[in-house]
Amino acid sequence: MSGVGEDGFVLEAPALPDGVPVAHVFGEPVLTLPQDLFIPPDALKVILESFEGPLDLLLYLIRKQNLNVLDIPMAPITAQYMAYIDAMQQERLELAAEYLLMAALLIEIKSRLLLPRPPREDESDAEDPRAELARRLLEYEQMKLAGLALDRLPQAERDFAWLAVLIEQTAEARLPEVLPADLRAAWLAILSRAARNRHHQVTTDELSVREQMSWILRQVDGRDYVAFEALFDIDRGVSYLVVNFIAILELVKEGLLRVSQEAAYMPIYVRGAETAQESWR
Amino acid sequence: MTGDPIHFKTVLETALLTATEPLSVGQLKKLFAEEVAATEINDALEDIQRDWLGRGVELVRLSSGWRFRARTELTPYLSRLSPEKPPRYARAVMETLAIIAYKQPVTRGDIESIRGVSVSTGVMQTLLERAWIEVIGHKEVPGRPGLYATTRKFLDDLGLLSLRDLPPLAELGALVVPDSVPADEPDDSPLDD
Repeated sequence: MSGVGEDGFVLEAPALPDGVPVAHVFGEPVLTLPQDLFIPPDALKVILESFEGPLDLLLYLIRKQNLNVLDIPMAPITAQYMAYIDAMQQERLELAAEYLLMAALLIEIKSRLLLPRPPREDESDAEDPRAELARRLLEYEQMKLAGLALDRLPQAERDFAWLAVLIEQTAEARLPEVLPADLRAAWLAILSRAARNRHHQVTTDELSVREQMSWILRQVDGRDYVAFEALFDIDRGVSYLVVNFIAILELVKEGLLRVSQEAAYMPIYVRGAETAQESWR
Repeated sequence: MTGDPIHFKTVLETALLTATEPLSVGQLKKLFAEEVAATEINDALEDIQRDWLGRGVELVRLSSGWRFRARTELTPYLSRLSPEKPPRYARAVMETLAIIAYKQPVTRGDIESIRGVSVSTGVMQTLLERAWIEVIGHKEVPGRPGLYATTRKFLDDLGLLSLRDLPPLAELGALVVPDSVPADEPDDSPLDD
């Protein structure tokens, strides 16, 4: 059997059919391996660590010895597997529980093959106890190869870079357009609230649109954004509101006032056009 | 018609050059104030592709849209500018990714039973952070484990148009015959990242 010597690991040579060269040394075929294959400890550790799991190890043993995965020779494979487990434990490698589980599974399959099978009339073929293991090995190998194939595909940031040309973003925030319908809706809302506050003043208030325009400009002067509704004093009656509204429209027309709204039904904000221009510098 | 066809192409080209993400035909339509037919845009995109043949960058059609990217032949040069080249993913990551890609949707349990080892959180974390996989639902069994699938970004980053373009799986029957299996013994690549 094989075990761990003082300086390294001794691996038992696998049995190969006669005439098939095991290796070529300086071009000459070698028919039989020396009985003791010595692997230095450091290389051994690297090899043992590189297995992804028990299925990977089993696959390695099967493929390396060109065995038929549908007809796995359970006795030698189990022995070899156990030798590797032994070596891993000797190297104090973290042995995942799955390795031990697989060892138990291999032993179970081996013993099932050794036991005489009870006669079964209902089944035409007794199921090969190795069948499930073979299926799992093939499925894993399929995914292992698929993983390698995916790794070979050109991969973003590893093999190629995306292109993004620099674009000078302007400081101008694009404000959404305010539709007349939005203004109208806001205006009607204010009106309806004002309708509830009516006071009957006998004195005629001389209201001029221009006066309101100046007033509004003074309200927005130096301030960032003023809510649309804040410009309307509901208590002052409907006629005041009408003039105020016209004043706002005039100011917008003359480019002295900017009205903006983030989205439909969101609050409407007003700011002086000069203030807006100043912030762009 | 959308007026000057050259200008039309220029607008599309500039948008794609300055984009930081793939742009779909639907998004490209929004570049123009007027209605544009998808066929017009597609024709122009193919035109732009031809214009850029022979240049260092190419316009490619990805799963989530169109994007400019550097040709892979030039990577060796470009990588000298950025010495921090991202390493290859470890075999565990690629195998897990392959299982999710080809067998999606899968649970962690499904991945474990195929790989024969328990799924490490590190592997899943790597794939989730790269945004190549995501949880798209839950399996209605006790524990309600999450079902994993690949994302559009996975396809984009590997230059695939759809899952149909994944490399074909080795036939299980072909795997039975040892000769068709490429030699990929552990000692060939002992050092994974």
